[in-house]
Amino acid sequence: MTSADFSTVLPEVVLATAAMIGLMAGVYGGKDRTTPVMTWAISGLMLLLAVWIGFGGSGSRLAFGGMFIEDPFSRFAKVTILVSAAAVLLLGQDYMQRRDLGRFEFPILVALSVTGMMMMVSAGDLIALYMGLELQSLALYVVASLRRDSVKSTEAGMKYFVLGALSSGLLLYGASLVYGYAGTTLFSGIMLTLNEGVPLGLLFGLVFMLSGLAFKVSAAPFHMWTPDVYEGSPTPVTAFFSTAPKVAAIALIARTVHDAFGGIPMDWRQVLAALAVASMFLGSIAAIGQRDIKRLMAYSSIGHMGYALVGLAAGTAEGVQAMLLYMAIYTTMNIGTFAFILSMEKDGRPVTSIDSLNMFAKREPLKALAVLILMFSLAGVPPFIGFFAKFYVLKAAVSAGMAWLAILTVLAAVIGAYYYMRIVYYMYFGKETDPVESRMDGVQWSMLMGAAAINVLGVINMFGLEPLAAVAAETLVR
Amino acid sequence: MVGLEHYLTVSAALLVIGIFGIFLNRKNVIVILMSIELMLLAVNINLVAFSSFLGDLTGQVFTLFVLTVAAAEAAIGLAILVTFFRNRGTIDVEDVNVMKG
Repeated sequence: MTSADFSTVLPEVVLATAAMIGLMAGVYGGKDRTTPVMTWAISGLMLLLAVWIGFGGSGSRLAFGGMFIEDPFSRFAKVTILVSAAAVLLLGQDYMQRRDLGRFEFPILVALSVTGMMMMVSAGDLIALYMGLELQSLALYVVASLRRDSVKSTEAGMKYFVLGALSSGLLLYGASLVYGYAGTTLFSGIMLTLNEGVPLGLLFGLVFMLSGLAFKVSAAPFHMWTPDVYEGSPTPVTAFFSTAPKVAAIALIARTVHDAFGGIPMDWRQVLAALAVASMFLGSIAAIGQRDIKRLMAYSSIGHMGYALVGLAAGTAEGVQAMLLYMAIYTTMNIGTFAFILSMEKDGRPVTSIDSLNMFAKREPLKALAVLILMFSLAGVPPFIGFFAKFYVLKAAVSAGMAWLAILTVLAAVIGAYYYMRIVYYMYFGKETDPVESRMDGVQWSMLMGAAAINVLGVINMFGLEPLAAVAAETLVR
Repeated sequence: MVGLEHYLTVSAALLVIGIFGIFLNRKNVIVILMSIELMLLAVNINLVAFSSFLGDLTGQVFTLFVLTVAAAEAAIGLAILVTFFRNRGTIDVEDVNVMKG
């Protein structure tokens, strides 16, 4: 317990302290009147931390006896998490205020769950993993039921809580078996034990842990909470669910399988490949019948988690790099899409039905164009950056000798393209009806246009993300 | 003589009872909360048994963390349950069905 340990975890400590100060200020200060200031302050702090983490460190450092790992991989994931969480907070602020949801607890809970996510991606020990995961999940359960007077929102919170607690239980049971058969909770220690043979109990533990984590990334067949929670939660919360927690959970899977179980890749690669195939096809096929755009985005995120898992199933540094790039790109696309979904309304009431988008292009050609770009990118149509995300994943799968997985990925992407195209079709060639209105504040407008611009301009060099992701992946896969 | 395998059997049985309690229960959400608690306690038995068997304290430290988090989790679960009850006036599992998923 030295000062070196604390300087390694300083960003997390700063964010947690800021959340607690915010809580005090909210309770003893002006209650909900402080919300706008609090939102800007916390997202500003997150962006500052992202800059600090992104440019501050180099190399790998261990803290608290290896329980906490600070390396390029965790830095890449942390910057993605912090930037997307800050973006989503600012995105939802106008919506929250107008829909009379401007509670000061929201930015605080987001800050706490982001602290949990930062711990997750840096975890080097089963205890640290569990504590990070629970800090994140407990805050998310509350955020899902933020609209206390709505049946849908509380039901979403309840479903999320029950299934989330079940998944934590499974994960924890797996962790206890791993501890028992490896004799240690440290990832590096587990790795050493694997050199002397693999007891069956350890494999059981691995499978339990992977299924618990699959719940958190909403990979099929552990996805059943996703559509209901996405539909029931207030839209800014849905936007948050579909970005930062997904990045953290999938980075945690990568960390666990490579740092702790890197010695037995064949055992977890097949599990991840099965999860990936199931999620890709479920995400593509089940989304076709959806009429609510939030439910559609839920299935879309299940599918996208499948594509990212394909990268992990490859089990190589190239695969991890592909997964990191995929998550960064997916987050950008989702922020843009949710900026638009948040703005959809009719007569001052929010609407989320897909039919209401009929002939939207006539009313707002520029916004329709931006949404078109985002939808094409989500579908993975070539000129846009979403295609390159899928391309990297496919390349990793093929070069790891999993051509069958790559073929299934392409098939699923083709099926999935249908429902993204349907949205575009409705907007440009739909029935002649009174289309939905889109009321945006400056932040939402610039996020929608910014995300669309990134999706077009990013194809040039991906803003230099590619080598960074490669460095991050190499530190993880040794 | 009670050995490690006996503890593991009990804990596995408790875990399975907990999981079935969540999925087969058609009555009351409180029962689900109890089942979740049962699962976490199964984990604790596992951890303490391993810890004593290995002569290593980490497992017992882990148990303390799990107990603490379980308490926080139960508090949040009950809070969500209370808000749900205010809206629907019932906590029957069959009534948690506004959205079909």
